Amino acid sequence: MSAPSKGGASRDGYGSALLKLADDPRVVVLEADLGKSTKSCLFRAEYPERTVSMGIAEQNMMLVSAGMASSGKIPFASTFAIFTERAFEQVRNGIARPGLVVHICGSHGGIHTGTDGSSAQSIEDLAIYRTIPNMTVMHPCDDLSAEELTLQLLNHNNPSYTRTARNKVSRIYDEDTVKKIKIGKGNVIKDGNDVAIIACGVMVNEAKIAAEQLSNYGIDACIVDMHTIKPLDGKLIQKLAKQCGCIVTVEDHSVIGGLGGSVAEFLSRNIPTPLEMVGVEDRFGESGGTSELMAHLNIDSKAIENAVKSVIKRK
Amino acid sequence: MARKCRIDIVEMVHKAGAGHPGGSLSAIDLIVGLYGTGFRFKLDEPNWEDRDRFIMSKGHASPAVYSMLHNLGIISKKDIDGFRTLGSICQGHVDMKWTNGVDFSAGSLGMGLSFGLGCAIAAKMDNSERNIWVMIGDGETQEGQIWEAAMAADFHQTGNLNVIIDRNRIQNDDFMEVQMEIGDIGKKFESFGWKIIEIDGHSMTEIIEAIDVATNELERPCAIVAHTVKGKGVSFMENNPSFHGKAPNDDELILALEELS
Repeated sequence: MSAPSKGGASRDGYGSALLKLADDPRVVVLEADLGKSTKSCLFRAEYPERTVSMGIAEQNMMLVSAGMASSGKIPFASTFAIFTERAFEQVRNGIARPGLVVHICGSHGGIHTGTDGSSAQSIEDLAIYRTIPNMTVMHPCDDLSAEELTLQLLNHNNPSYTRTARNKVSRIYDEDTVKKIKIGKGNVIKDGNDVAIIACGVMVNEAKIAAEQLSNYGIDACIVDMHTIKPLDGKLIQKLAKQCGCIVTVEDHSVIGGLGGSVAEFLSRNIPTPLEMVGVEDRFGESGGTSELMAHLNIDSKAIENAVKSVIKRK
Repeated sequence: MARKCRIDIVEMVHKAGAGHPGGSLSAIDLIVGLYGTGFRFKLDEPNWEDRDRFIMSKGHASPAVYSMLHNLGIISKKDIDGFRTLGSICQGHVDMKWTNGVDFSAGSLGMGLSFGLGCAIAAKMDNSERNIWVMIGDGETQEGQIWEAAMAADFHQTGNLNVIIDRNRIQNDDFMEVQMEIGDIGKKFESFGWKIIEIDGHSMTEIIEAIDVATNELERPCAIVAHTVKGKGVSFMENNPSFHGKAPNDDELILALEELS
């Protein structure tokens, strides 16, 4: 078992939350050979009798989780985000359809995972899980919020998918502010009236950097951590649309069907508002350092600045 | 009991104008044998926490399960008459969310053995004596997930997990020997560490004995390879691939009921 990486990688928050959840004897952890990476290894080290090793077999893991949920357990099953996708139909038919409360965590999501290349860079997970009825879909931005949201899953009555990230980023929250976040409620990190930047995951930090730059141009941006993609906080989006008159969504994910897609659907049906989406365009990633890939794929703070400038012109 | 169930099966599928009579008729003796012997459940409390589980992984053979539950008095005649109709508790494929006494939501092949493994691991964690029974089709073993589960069941030493394989040698499109014959299923499971019991899946004596042996095998998971005849009991459905997923018409129903009465 490797030591948890220092600082704010959301996967570390998942791992520490599992340890705290262990007080509830119903909690069980399933892993598919990637516990050191997802950080379920922390739970395994302390509670081996409640950790179920499934080997490299994600489809089996999803249905074993379902069977355990039907027997009174609260399973937390994790692997890389991309490999959960291999078992999408198992999640759809075996977990969500019968309404079994299994909590899936896909780590190393997005192109942020970097040098492993496109086979490991899940940029469609949020989109596909969002299509499943009654499935909660989350993507926290740092370790503290990942821990808090994972802890809240203990009393959550729907199956869920949480994407965590491999790399640490600057913490968005501290021990006090993180207590305010709730599953299903977007959180305003910084208020502003010229544009609302709605971000999730590691991109919340990029949005903060972009907002600081934008202030040099006299643009006062509101920043939202939309850690829950489903159910989407429509009430907050409606308020932001009225308050700012334009919106930019930001995600380390395809622009098709993820956070941007969700917000676009909501706005077009409820309150048509100029929208720009920062995310991976319709293509696969590739190997590279995280920062250089983000620039290469146009999802860095510079891309957010440009999107803000262009959406403001459309007001 | 099995004869009454067979009548319900053909009537249910005929009334719905759709369904899977062949695999229901091949499986029904095994299901009746299971419920009639060692299977621990409570008629008045279908969701009793410590009941044994029956996971029907070949969920298209739902008429077999519904006929059993009906003849046990858990679901009504009206329920089975509604098979496959809007709002009915008897969905096209067995679904735990819709039907009392159903322990799994099936319909997508290859998943039930994994689900049963999850139930078995949970039962072991709880020090419960409940046994987990999974029924799969022989064609279903073409799904890779079956073998993921078979491997994991051995590793996790789930002696409380048993699978009944309905070896009727026919799948949706044709005979397995045409589509993809998988050979000696028993040997394959054996090589994965399972105890194997081979039986005639229509001999009640052999079925009951196999269930007893499997129940008492606590060290290893057990696979009962039950050699069956698809469409068993209705001559023109027997060993006939076209009745895998086709309802009998009015004339065929009359013929079938004459043979079963």
